[in-house]
Amino acid sequence: MSTGINWAKYSSPQALYPLAGRLIPWFSVVAVALMGVGLYMGFFVAPTDFQQGESYRIIFVHVPAAWMSMFLYVVMAIWAGIGLGLNARPSFMMAQAIAPTGAMFTFLALLTGAMWGKPTWGAWWVWDARLTSELILLFQYAGVMLLRTSIDDVRRADRSSAVFALVGVVNVPIIYFSVQWWNTLHQGASVSMSTGSKMAATMLIAMLLMTLAFWMYSIAIILSRVRCIMAERESLPAWEEKPVTIQKIAEAR
Amino acid sequence: MSRSSMWGAIGGIVRRDLLLAMRRRSDAAMSVFFLVIVVSLFPLGVGPEPAVLRTIGPGVLWVAALLACLLSLARVFTADYVDGTLEQMVLVPQPLAVLVVGKVFAHWVISGLPIVLLSPLLSLQFGLSGESLGVLVMSLLLGTPTLSMIGAIGAALVLGVRGSGLLVALLVLPLYVPVLIFGAGAVTSSMAGIGGEANLSLLGACLVLSLFLAPWATAVALRIALE
Repeated sequence: MSTGINWAKYSSPQALYPLAGRLIPWFSVVAVALMGVGLYMGFFVAPTDFQQGESYRIIFVHVPAAWMSMFLYVVMAIWAGIGLGLNARPSFMMAQAIAPTGAMFTFLALLTGAMWGKPTWGAWWVWDARLTSELILLFQYAGVMLLRTSIDDVRRADRSSAVFALVGVVNVPIIYFSVQWWNTLHQGASVSMSTGSKMAATMLIAMLLMTLAFWMYSIAIILSRVRCIMAERESLPAWEEKPVTIQKIAEAR
Repeated sequence: MSRSSMWGAIGGIVRRDLLLAMRRRSDAAMSVFFLVIVVSLFPLGVGPEPAVLRTIGPGVLWVAALLACLLSLARVFTADYVDGTLEQMVLVPQPLAVLVVGKVFAHWVISGLPIVLLSPLLSLQFGLSGESLGVLVMSLLLGTPTLSMIGAIGAALVLGVRGSGLLVALLVLPLYVPVLIFGAGAVTSSMAGIGGEANLSLLGACLVLSLFLAPWATAVALRIALE
């Protein structure tokens, strides 16, 4: 590649490991800062909703979590596809590292949705299009992770779960539209690219801040998980910047 | 690769798999028998109220068809994997995806077609009749090949993996959701008097899409399993 950074260099775990280690603190700090500002704006600055009262404030967690859950699935599938296409091990490791975080956000979106649904709709759960497709997304995350853990051979586990992730990415939009035509109760999206936002500016800013915060959090946690995966798979101490000694581990504890 | 040799390969695989199934009829009969039992259990569970049974009938039949199809998935590739036939199939000059189409078609004839043929009888237990019965058969006719197609991906992914029977269910059932919704939806909407054509068209679209993508994904998964 002709541009400044030689990206192909980071396709080796030896180069990616220290890079991830250097990046994690930055993303963590930004995530915490954004989350602090976002939550403050969401809880104290944003006006009370005239219909839903205070209970609507859960959307500052719910909507970003739902966005991240879908976004992370696509990112996971992209890494899986790169892994299959280029046969690059770190891509598979990235896909493996993303899955638990994506599943966590999916679960968080379902949980906060239920907490919001009870006071607003009067029910913890309704069989609405978005809830149902989010639930099935959770099942697919579970499928990706279960398939990986069931296969002992790392190479086959990588590639098989990558194929399943890619099949799932075709399936998610089909599920979304099928359940949408099947039954719909969920309110229409308040934020859309084409018509702009229908909500107060502070609400929107708080929500976007929380989305950015979750994004930065995801990068930090995924990079630290990818380091763990590398440590698990490879004989790590050989390429640690400083070899880890037993005393050091003891000190850290 | 000439077109006739592709069709010859598909025909050969289908003939072979059907012959094997005919030699072990009890295997194929089991999943059909399972379907009949599951469907008959529901009235015992929810009570014999005809109105209730008519409401849940399409959904019950479709879920039972899903499960019956799932049970027979292990048969698609496992025997060939164990005795090494699958490795020979990979070496055949015809593309593996083409052979997969043959195997999936044979699986559908063995486990999907009996469900389609049996469904009018079973739906009588649920008080479905007339037009909605025809729509049910039509929806199963369009939907069960899709189930076999999608199921083949799962079956190929878990080939030789421990606990594969349960794992394939966890992988494949979420992927079956659209087919279930459109299939049961076709019957429900025809009972409601708005006609099942829209849902049947969507089922047809699912079939075409799976016919296009699933054999290819299955072939990739098989190659991974055989490495």
